[in-house]
Parts: sequence; C-alpha cells; structure tokens
Amino acid sequence: MNEAALPPPRKHGRLVVRLLLLAAGFFAFGFALVPLYDTFCEAVGFNGKTLRDATQTKDLPPSAVDYSRTLGVQFTSTLMPGLPWEIRPLEPAIELHPGELRTTRFLVRNLSDQTIVGQAVPSVSPTVAARSFQKLDCFCFTQQTLAPGESREMALTFVVDSGISKDISELTLAYAFFPAPPKP
Amino acid sequence: MNTATHTLDPHAGHAHHPTGLMRWLTTTNHKDIGTMYLTFSLLMFFLGGAMILAVRAELFQPGLQLMKPEFFNQLIGVHALVMIFAALMPAATGFANWMIPLMIGAPDMALPRLNNWGFWLLPPAALLLTMPFILALFGIGDGAVATGWTLYAPLSVQGGIGVDFAIFSIHILGISSIMGSINIIATLLNMRAPGMTLMKMPLFCWGWLVTAVLLIITLPVLAGGVTMLLTDRHFGTHFFDAAGGGDPILFQHLFWFFGHPEVYILLLPVWGLMPHVLSTFTRKPIYGHTAQVYGFIAIGVLGLIVWAHHFMTAGLPVPALLYFMYSTMAISLPLAVLFFCWIATMWRGAMSFETPMLFAIGFIVLFGIAGLTGLVLADVAADAQYHHSYFVVAHFHYALFAGGIMGVMTGVYYWLPKWTGHMYSERLGKLHFWLTVVSFNFTFMPQFFLGLAGMPRRIPDYALQFTEFNAISTVGAFVLGLSQLLFAWNIWRCVKGGDKATDQVWEGTSGLEWELSSPPPYHSWDTQPVIKSSN
Ligand code: HEM
Ligand SMILES: [Cu+2]
Repeated sequence: MNEAALPPPRKHGRLVVRLLLLAAGFFAFGFALVPLYDTFCEAVGFNGKTLRDATQTKDLPPSAVDYSRTLGVQFTSTLMPGLPWEIRPLEPAIELHPGELRTTRFLVRNLSDQTIVGQAVPSVSPTVAARSFQKLDCFCFTQQTLAPGESREMALTFVVDSGISKDISELTLAYAFFPAPPKP
Repeated sequence: MNTATHTLDPHAGHAHHPTGLMRWLTTTNHKDIGTMYLTFSLLMFFLGGAMILAVRAELFQPGLQLMKPEFFNQLIGVHALVMIFAALMPAATGFANWMIPLMIGAPDMALPRLNNWGFWLLPPAALLLTMPFILALFGIGDGAVATGWTLYAPLSVQGGIGVDFAIFSIHILGISSIMGSINIIATLLNMRAPGMTLMKMPLFCWGWLVTAVLLIITLPVLAGGVTMLLTDRHFGTHFFDAAGGGDPILFQHLFWFFGHPEVYILLLPVWGLMPHVLSTFTRKPIYGHTAQVYGFIAIGVLGLIVWAHHFMTAGLPVPALLYFMYSTMAISLPLAVLFFCWIATMWRGAMSFETPMLFAIGFIVLFGIAGLTGLVLADVAADAQYHHSYFVVAHFHYALFAGGIMGVMTGVYYWLPKWTGHMYSERLGKLHFWLTVVSFNFTFMPQFFLGLAGMPRRIPDYALQFTEFNAISTVGAFVLGLSQLLFAWNIWRCVKGGDKATDQVWEGTSGLEWELSSPPPYHSWDTQPVIKSSN
C-alpha cells in the first residue's frame, strides 16, 4: 500500500439529496398503502371485505339462479364497546340457491336515553367468498341514527353470485356495529 | 496488500479541539461519536435489563405479587423498545462510526456535523419514551405505553398519553437513524481509499451498507404508520378504525413492513463483523467474501417482502398465507450460505479461543437455534399454535440476544484493545462469556417448552402447570443480568489501563484498521492509504 495525499473532499450533496428523496418517497408510500390496501382487498376479496355496493358493479343483473346448489348462509352481529344498543338477526340462518335475490332483516334497538349514531361493518367468512357476496341494499351503506329507546328493523338485500366456488357450502356474514366516529 | 506502518502521534497538530463537556456536545469526530453511541447503548442495555428483571420477578410464581397488570404491560413494551432502538441499534451505529473510517482508509465520516446531531437526538428520544413512568408518579397520565412494542391498533388508539410519548420518541429515533444511515452510505460510497473497489470493501462495511439502505426504506413507513396512529388518536381520522372505513389490520401491515426488515437491520452489522473475528482467531482468510456480500443483499431484498408472517393468524386468505410462508422459508437459503461460510472459515484453522472467538462461536450455535425455530414458526399450520406464545419469545431472544447482543459483545471484545490501546482482562472476559451462555440458555430454553405447552406471551399471571419452567427462567434471567456487570466492569478497567495493546492487537488480523496505532490517532488517516489491485 502506498500513501496518497488526501484528495480534496468529495461533494456529498447529490447523494444526500437522493437518499433523502428515497426516505421521503417511502414515507409517502406508507400513506399510499392506505388506499392501495383497500382497493386490493376489495378487488380480490381478501380480508373478508365485501364490495361496498354491488349495484355499482357492471356484472349486474346477477347471473341466473343455480337451482342445483343450496348454500347455507348465517348471520351474526356484535356490538363494539361504547354502543349501548342491542342487535340481532331476525333470521340467524337461511338456505338459498346461488344467484337468488334475498332480503333479510336485523332488529336494532337503542337501549340508552340518547340519540346515537352507529355504523355497521360487514365481514364475510370464509374470506374467499366475500367477493361473491353481493349486497344490493344494506343498512351498512350509511350511518344509522336511533332516537332514545327506538328500535328498527334494518334490511339487507343481497345475492350470492352463482359463480361462487364449488368448495363452499356455508358462509357467514358478520356485522360489527360501531359507534360512528365523530365527523372530522 | 503490502503495508506501511503508521505510528502517528494521537494529537499531533490538533490540540485545538474543546475539552470536557463541550468536547462531547460539539464533537464531530467519528471516534468520539462512536464512543458516545456505545456508552449510551450500554446504559440503555442496563435500563432495559432492569425493566425486564422486574417482569421476570413477577413471573417467578403464578399469581400477581409485585405489580399491577397495567404496569407489567408497560414494562414489557418499553423494555423491547429500549433494547431495540436504544441499545442494539446505537451499538451497531457506534461500531460503524468507530470502524468504518478506519477500515476504508477515510479521515472521518462523510458528514461529521450530521453525525453529531444524529447522536444527540437519542437521549431526548429515550427520555420521551420513559418519561411517562415518572409523570405517572406525580399523578400525570397513566404511565408508559402499554401496548407492547408492536403498538397494534385499536389498543394503541385507545391507550393513554404513554402512546403519544412513544410515537414522538419513535419519530425522533427514526430521524436519528436515517441521518446515521445517510452518513454511512455517503462515507462508504464516496470515501473509500483508492483501489478499494466495492467488492473489496470489508464485510463489516457491506453489512452496514445493506442495513443503512433497509433503514432508509423501512423507517419512513413506520414513521407514517405511527403518524396515522397519532391523527387517529387526536385529529378524528380513522385509518385504523373500522367504523370509519379504516382497518386495524392495516396497522399490522405498516408496522411489519418495517418490523421484519428491522430484525435484519439489527443483525446485518453483526453478520458483517463475524467473519473478521473468525478469520482472525483461525488465522485463515475469510471464506466466501463475495458469497457473503451477495448473501447480505439477498437477505435484505427478501426481508422486505415477507412481513405478514408476523400475523398469519389475523385472517389472511390461504394464497397470501402460502406466499408468506414460502418466501419466509426462502430467507433461510442465503442465511445458510452465511452459516456455511462461517464454518468454512473455521474449518481446519489454527484456532485459539480468546473471548471474542468464544462469543463468535456461541453466536453461531445459538443463532442457529434462532434460525431453525424461525423456520418452524414460518410454517402456517404450526404457527397457528405457536403464534403469540412463549415459543415466539424464545425464538426472538435467540435471534436478538444470542444473535444481536452477543454479536455486539463479540465486536466489543474484538475491537476494545484497538479503541483504548489496552488489553481487557481475558480472565474476566471468559468468565463473562461462560456465565452469559449458560444463564442465557437457562433463561430462554424453558420458554420454548412453555410456548409449546400453551403459555401465551404478554401476561403477568399463568396457569399452575407452567410454574417450574418459569421459575427456572427467572433464576436464569437474574444470573444473566448480573453477569453483565462483569462486562461493564471489564470495559471500565480496560478504558482506565491494562497491558498495552499492539497495533495489530491479535496475531491473525488483517485489514487497514490494524495498521493504525492502538488507540488510533485523533484524525484517523491524515494521509490516505492506497490499496494495490494486485492483492
Ligand atoms: C430463517 C430465519 C427466520 C425465520 C424463518 C423467522 C420466522 C419468524 C416468524 C414466522 C415469526 C412470527 C411468529 C409469530 O408471531 O407467530 C417470527 C417472529 C420474530 N422473529 Fe423471526 N425468523 C427468523 C429469524 C429471525 C431473526 C434473525 C431475528 C432477529 C434478529 C428474528 C426476530 C424475530 C422477532 C423479534 C419476532 C417477534 C416479534 C414480535 O411479535 O414481537 N427472527 N420469526
Ligand atoms: Cu419477521
């Protein structure tokens, strides 16, 4: 090894700026994941997310009813902390043919003496069935306001697409009712 | 590489730097900053250790004896954050500051001022993290963050002020790490001695290069995630609130997009240092330099795309589970290349077993257990049983204590004579090693069995059938903790005095850093060395 006199100090500015941009880019990427994640889950039905409103998708009217198959569909519901309500499905379990249009109802009652706004969040399991579960009208599309002591039947109209995988014979739709977050 | 010896007077021509406290506050010298990082790391290691000994004391017997469950939850979370962000990461950064300029023939780090800021952000961040404990004593707030280090929503959205303190602390720590990483990349890319091509760069530097890139990619995502948490908590957004259209699982994705690469961030500097130590004490050249470089890069890249193996029970669909299982298992291939190179370096060498070598061998064996149990956890079917059990706790302590901390200890013993100019006490060092490995295994081996038998992690109380193994683990933990006082004592003695170390320090060393005096002059390379291409 020889020794060389110290070279003039290299300028690091360009490299530093690039690295800072890389960091900033990944900060933005973190935020971009929020919509990406939702889009991804809805597109492939991951995570049990159902399509928000099936009337807005193009493959309607639904495919023909497949009378050769019968599916069991169960409904359950839970209340999240902070919501003094009562909720239960009026039909806990039904049977239907894929492609058949059905309406079912949930009974919801406000047990408190205050007007409260709630929001239902649906989830389907098995998660791969989520995409086939098409809601045409649902109380979960909007927030629900209940006066003190008020009770109401809330309707859900849906179709299970006849293209649903042959491996599935039972599915469950679960609603979690949350206190609606304050409007920002 | 043929060499000219340097015996520069440590302070020649540079008598004008400030002394006392001002020296440390204002220093831009890479060695001073390295020393500060390492000292800070050691202090935080003891702080995090004290917290977890309180936890182990509570777990000595079933039932609640010493503390309330809320306080227990605070201790485990802050322990992990302190150990990862304030002990292990600063230790590796301290190594980088001290050694990279020496190894590549540079006079200092590329951006000395930035370097100083990077360090001085750490103490305030550590203070922020632990302050809620103290505030709670005065009746302000309900203590530190109690969510575990993973800060999962929705619990962290509901938690007390401790969560806010932890979020700000993470922001500051993140900024500090990104500054450090930019500095290291700039130094490695721009300041190598003439003739040192990237491929010839020492493996320790390579490990750090990959770590620094990973930090710049992943830390901003964590920063974004905790920022969303903050706005969910205080500004009415609902990123993680299902009722508002958000999704708590999204937080897990954001956290682990950072969290999994983080485990490699912690270990790559250690993997980089291992071959140097093994080659020194076997008096053989490093086996597979190039293979290890590609191994580091492969692990870095793969590490970015396997994160969801940390929440395989959260309801991921089967295709996603299969993908994350196979990609995770694929990481063990480049890792196996590293193991192979380490063993091949030792193969038929003239080995001697000074303290650094003992730690290196201990590292290889115990870190091997970490890798093998990781493979078990990566198995989707098995993970359904092991997830969130003590099996996971044991796994990552084999990775982070036996891999990370013992790796750092390897480096400290290996380089301490170079840094201080004195030999540490070999007798104390060996005693420290044996006490550490034995008590480490007493602490964590039983936790594998506890996990297999179904004991969940993060609970202050447990069913009676887990008593014996927990008692053994607690006794082991206290021996392990107390043994570390020997480590601190040995370092202290070595800083104060001891046999003079030669420039080469160990018989089998090679590399630029061993050509400088021990301790090296205040300004490392006043004249830049040149590496001849002939080798
Ligand atoms: C071949 C190597 C490895 C594989 C296949 C592997 C796999 C896994 C898996 C699947 C989990 C999740 C278990 C669960 O929560 O159910 C896990 C947890 C963990 N691993 Fe590894 N791992 C490996 C190496 C490492 C290394 C090198 C480190 C650290 C340096 C590490 C640190 C951790 C940590 C900290 C956790 C738990 C985090 C938490 O939940 O708090 N692992 N590992
Ligand atoms: Cu991981």
